[in-house]
Amino acid sequence: MSLILETKNINKYFGKAKPFHVLKDISLGIKQGEFASIMGKSGSGKSTLLYILSTMDTDYTGELFLQNELVTGKSQQELSHIRNKKIGFIFQFHYLLPEFSVLENVMLPAKKLGLKTPAEIREEAMDLLKKLNIGHLDSQKASKISGGEKQRVAVARALINEPILLIGDEPTGNLDSNNSENLFQILKTLKDDKGLSLLMVTHDEDLAKRTDRTIYLEDGRIIE
Amino acid sequence: MRSWKVILEIAKTHLFTKLKSTVTASIGVTFGIAAYITLVSFMTGLNSMLDDLILNQVPHIHLFNEIKPSEKQPIALYKEFEDAIPIIHSIKPRQNQRKIHNALPILNDLEKNEKVLGASPQLQSQIFYLSGTIELGGNLTGVDIMKESKLSNIQDYITQGSIMDLKNTENGILLGSGIAKKMSLSVGRKIMVSTARGDRFHLKVVGIYQSGIAEIDDIQSFANLKTVQRILGEAENYITDINIKLNDITQAPALARVLERKYNVSAIDINEINAQFETGTNVRNLITYAVSITLLIVAGFGIYNIQNMLIYEKMNDIAILKAIGFSGADVQLIFLSQSAFIGISGGILGLILGFGLSNFIDNVSFETEALPTITTYPVNYNPASYIIGFFFALLCTFIAAYFPSKRAKNIDPVQIIRGN
Repeated sequence: MSLILETKNINKYFGKAKPFHVLKDISLGIKQGEFASIMGKSGSGKSTLLYILSTMDTDYTGELFLQNELVTGKSQQELSHIRNKKIGFIFQFHYLLPEFSVLENVMLPAKKLGLKTPAEIREEAMDLLKKLNIGHLDSQKASKISGGEKQRVAVARALINEPILLIGDEPTGNLDSNNSENLFQILKTLKDDKGLSLLMVTHDEDLAKRTDRTIYLEDGRIIE
Repeated sequence: MRSWKVILEIAKTHLFTKLKSTVTASIGVTFGIAAYITLVSFMTGLNSMLDDLILNQVPHIHLFNEIKPSEKQPIALYKEFEDAIPIIHSIKPRQNQRKIHNALPILNDLEKNEKVLGASPQLQSQIFYLSGTIELGGNLTGVDIMKESKLSNIQDYITQGSIMDLKNTENGILLGSGIAKKMSLSVGRKIMVSTARGDRFHLKVVGIYQSGIAEIDDIQSFANLKTVQRILGEAENYITDINIKLNDITQAPALARVLERKYNVSAIDINEINAQFETGTNVRNLITYAVSITLLIVAGFGIYNIQNMLIYEKMNDIAILKAIGFSGADVQLIFLSQSAFIGISGGILGLILGFGLSNFIDNVSFETEALPTITTYPVNYNPASYIIGFFFALLCTFIAAYFPSKRAKNIDPVQIIRGN
């Protein structure tokens, strides 16, 4: 199977006057259709790694490949386009735009990509919402719905541009066990049905065990 | 990869959910522009009124025979003294006629000159206004009243009667308002005048002239050119002054020198007559612009603050937009288009409000002795100042929003997302 995401010797330092070595020689690969989780204690660098993998953090040494294409060193403009088209995000604190409706939130990345007509985008967004059982919330303000619902909206938004990789930063971290299980099932279905690659940081050992692979980080190093 | 539609959509949503800030920022611009328009309209209106006051009464070029000593004294003609420095005591002015030599051909020639809007002949004479045994000194100026009305707006200063009355009455006189008051004369009555030589004439008062300057109104009167020539016992070509209006006032100094040589007369141009008049105009303009620009800058700071606050509030939104694929430039455009909207809407409202205010000022009653024809405050509706005001509003809002939007562009989404 081909590698969706690959890193070679990624190193990252925090601070300039007294640099702190956060990530040490990280080399890993995520295959197509793989559901990987990253675990580690607070301060082990797992979130830092996730943001480098997501192309948002560019301040590192080493190389990052996405579908065998070198991403490291590309301009911010190109990176934005890559994030828009190929990567979906789910954050711990859901991060919807509170002033927009649920449907608008989901449509936003597709509108930015601009490959489809607004009518097509609207239809696809509605489809996604319905599949996630939140079709009835489409015209609600994003700030007016519950936490579990918000996180499902965030999933719908992450999927609208049909990305090759879904990245989650403790997507279940802020949810109760019921909603958490719900979300996990959704993610698992996406992987099984569409062959989507998933990578998520989590604190939940039980959840991590149910993924295909768990990468453990300790003091900035991968330990198997 | 610029998706204008979605950028404007986000900008619009921000503006309308923060309606209060939007309105506050727009009102700042509105007041700035309105004050600018009102000030400029009013000040330029006043300026042009004051300019007209001077320009209408003063010819662009004034031709006359000056009483002065000969430039070349007779001694200069002696070859024997060529190398000497002559010292002459008690130089007398040259014996000369007051009339302009060949005045009628000069007038004809001037009328043909393309640069000249018109030339009007005048005959100035010193006379006495008689009332019983009382003699009041004064000036009686003979004019071609039809030409004069075209060139100097004399009709604006006739408070009673009209120029036609003077034209149609051979022995008519437009009496200065000061004399009329002193002698208790009104239109239709007769006045006796006497020349310096003692000849007496009856003239019929056909109108009252009021320049607004008391010293002039106390002595100055106007009559037909032919009437004054007859009073003085002079021929029809006896003309002492020629007043010239030009198409382009800026050519006055240069043309004055040319005419001086061409016709062998003295010529003074408007700049010599009113050297300080331009200075006053410039200073008033400077004050106007300084005050209005200050107002707009204050409005600009208002926008700067509101944009800064908005960006603080929207930190999360900015981070999420960047995470889902909006570039820094996209985010910057969102904020810039918001301020463009504030600038345009505030600017247009400001223009309307400014127009309303200047229209209000235009209708406020303003009556003054000095300006008999003016009844309300003068206001100048110059489209140029509206255009300048609008573009200045856009410029101001752009600069005010540029720096906050640049900050939004450079926000690191990772820091915001991890900060939570």
